[in-house]
Amino acid sequence: MDNVIEKIIEKYKGKVGAVISSLEAVQEIYGYLPREVLEKISEELDVHLSRLFSLATFYSAFTLKPRGKHTIHVCLGTACHVRGAPKIVDELSRTLAVNPGDTTEDGNYTLETVRCVGCCSLAPVVRVDKDTYGYNTMDKVPKILTKYKD
Amino acid sequence: MKIGTLSDVQKIKQKALQELFPKKIKLSVGLGSCGIAAGADAVYDALKKEVKKKKLDIQIAKTGCLGFCGEEPMVNLYKPGFPLLVLHRVTEKDVGNIVQVLAEGDIPQKKVFCKIEHVDNFVDSEELQFGKKLKNVPHSHDIPFYQKQKKIVLRDCGLIDPENIEEFIAVGGYSSLLKVLKNLSPEEVIKIVKKSGLRGRGGAGFPTGIKWEVARNNPGDKKYVICNADEGDPGAYMNRNEMESDPHMLIEGMIIGGYAIGADEGIIYARTEYPLAIERVNGALEEAKKYGLLGKNICNSTFDFDITIVCGAGAFVCGEETALIASIEGYSGRPRPRPPFPAQKGLNGKPTVINNVETWCTIPVVMAKGPKWFSQVGTEGSKGTKVFSLVGTVKNVGLVEVPMGITLKEIIYDIGGGGIQGRKVKAIQTGGPSGGCIPTALFDLPVDYEGLQKSGSIMGSGGMVVMDERTCMVDITKYFLSFTEEESCGKCIPCRRGLEYMRNILEDITEGKGKMSQIDELVEIASVVKQASLCGLGQTAPNPVLSTIQYFRNEYEAHIRDHKCPAGVCKPLIKYFIEEETCTGCHVCVRACPTGAVLGEKKKAHTIDLDKCIKCGACFDACKFDAVRVE
Repeated sequence: MDNVIEKIIEKYKGKVGAVISSLEAVQEIYGYLPREVLEKISEELDVHLSRLFSLATFYSAFTLKPRGKHTIHVCLGTACHVRGAPKIVDELSRTLAVNPGDTTEDGNYTLETVRCVGCCSLAPVVRVDKDTYGYNTMDKVPKILTKYKD
Repeated sequence: MKIGTLSDVQKIKQKALQELFPKKIKLSVGLGSCGIAAGADAVYDALKKEVKKKKLDIQIAKTGCLGFCGEEPMVNLYKPGFPLLVLHRVTEKDVGNIVQVLAEGDIPQKKVFCKIEHVDNFVDSEELQFGKKLKNVPHSHDIPFYQKQKKIVLRDCGLIDPENIEEFIAVGGYSSLLKVLKNLSPEEVIKIVKKSGLRGRGGAGFPTGIKWEVARNNPGDKKYVICNADEGDPGAYMNRNEMESDPHMLIEGMIIGGYAIGADEGIIYARTEYPLAIERVNGALEEAKKYGLLGKNICNSTFDFDITIVCGAGAFVCGEETALIASIEGYSGRPRPRPPFPAQKGLNGKPTVINNVETWCTIPVVMAKGPKWFSQVGTEGSKGTKVFSLVGTVKNVGLVEVPMGITLKEIIYDIGGGGIQGRKVKAIQTGGPSGGCIPTALFDLPVDYEGLQKSGSIMGSGGMVVMDERTCMVDITKYFLSFTEEESCGKCIPCRRGLEYMRNILEDITEGKGKMSQIDELVEIASVVKQASLCGLGQTAPNPVLSTIQYFRNEYEAHIRDHKCPAGVCKPLIKYFIEEETCTGCHVCVRACPTGAVLGEKKKAHTIDLDKCIKCGACFDACKFDAVRVE
């Protein structure tokens, strides 16, 4: 762990946007912001731990809970909304038996909603990890999930 | 090589032009985020493989996005002597055939969408000329989607490889910067921007030149320029494409801005939801450094300037400039009262100019063509062009760049081709959660800052979401308010509590528990929130409420008085049923239903068991015969 964090600190310390960029790097590596890491960052960047927690809860890209192996982001932008995104969220919630923001019991999927991924022409859009799927329908969603089943 | 003079740029340009348009066939695949999601990366890989397998001397390259998202994946076919051809809806399966036809010396006619015979990139004195063959293929400017567009900002998007700085230079890139550094004083640059009438493309429309002048004239040993690339409006992705398809255009604009106000540091604050845009801008920054366009003594001048990219972490309010600054400084993105404006006291307390991506991208053209040329495009108060993302229930979805002053009707029907599946367009939503819903009766409105404001909406950053008879205006208002409520930073009470209060009322109405008096109550709270909130988020968040009540009051009344949702959206007020005469008994809806609520034998009319029905609409979407109805 120390090695990874040292690299992050080295990259951002003293630079513009250091605090937020460091947290993003941590989130990218661990999938969430572990407390021990935040403590270390707080020390190294000389930023109070409470401020880091404030940031972690203010910004929606950060999470303090570990995530599943795959994160499903259902886009809830306006174009997706008018083209049926709420139905897609409901369908995923039902099939995975989790609410948005939660992780399935087997730890395979975390279901998240996102404000807009900017692929509005493909509405409704679902992003699984880094892959983007467009023109989703309720019957298409289960087929996408099978690709990420272990 | 380091660029020092305009003749260095010319040298690179001549060499790069030959690479951009070589003496052989070249296929360039449009690899923006939308294209990739539509399968363009698979097409790119398949083309490479196929050409290698057949041992053909055909170049396979990358390019950005041509904006017509509905026709993705798109591939440009360059063949010496021919016009530049745009192939559309190219799938992996088409690749074998396309390559085969090309190997035989022909053109894959079936996949050809349109042709381009010449391109004016504005920043250059000469146009790019292609061949004039293939009379039966339509010109791009004859395609309705492109006909009324005027591409100034998007001029290179989908033409050059965004990952290759030399291709940008080939189409006149960085020549404006060189001209500025060698011939103009910072004051002269500001004068040109002021004279051009350019206004901020982020939404508020503040005159760019004046902002720059304030920052220049404010004393400070250190100054910053910031690019606001935190494109948070849902339904808007203009900036994503500008960064993905032509990142150097943004960088060139920012360097010129830095020179004008006397800043040595630039920051691009980009939203984390745009990984590809961030990757391309990062790559472009590296290249620009290598070519001596960023760093110390840029192009042998005394001017130092560098750019860093900082990623936002998913907070809509950070689009507000003081919140954005707080975020870069390492705090939660909460706005502070203005004045002082960032141009006076911004990042780290220093004078800071913050402009939107598109504003920065416009600067090199303004510098190259001059203020007079630029201000001839557009209307009295709004100069130039504006890029919009035309999405929602409209036939031709995509990014469109139009001269200011064009009417909504022209955008929706001429460019957009009207509603989908023969459905009637009901309204268009502009300006994201800060904007309003404009009804068809007002579609003759000219699209400019003043025109849209008159209708109760705003220009915003450029999202345009078309809505039709299946969009419930009360539901969509609730949607926007849940959005702004959740994104409210919580600092000021009118926004924090007012939005929640209004959302609760809308919740009641969409559940059939509303009262008529609540409509006026909504208007009253909306006016308070509008007037008393601290920042733009709160001041504009009531716009969806006010505009839908003004133009679609009948829908509110139908929910309250008749307990009906005319669009068939609000679950507590609707029920699905199957029309016996129309049902063919095909069983598709039976299979689609997740709860087993659709009953009936094959080839006999089906019925819905309302006790089991969860109103998910799966049967409605699945039915090909319009037999499933909602009321």
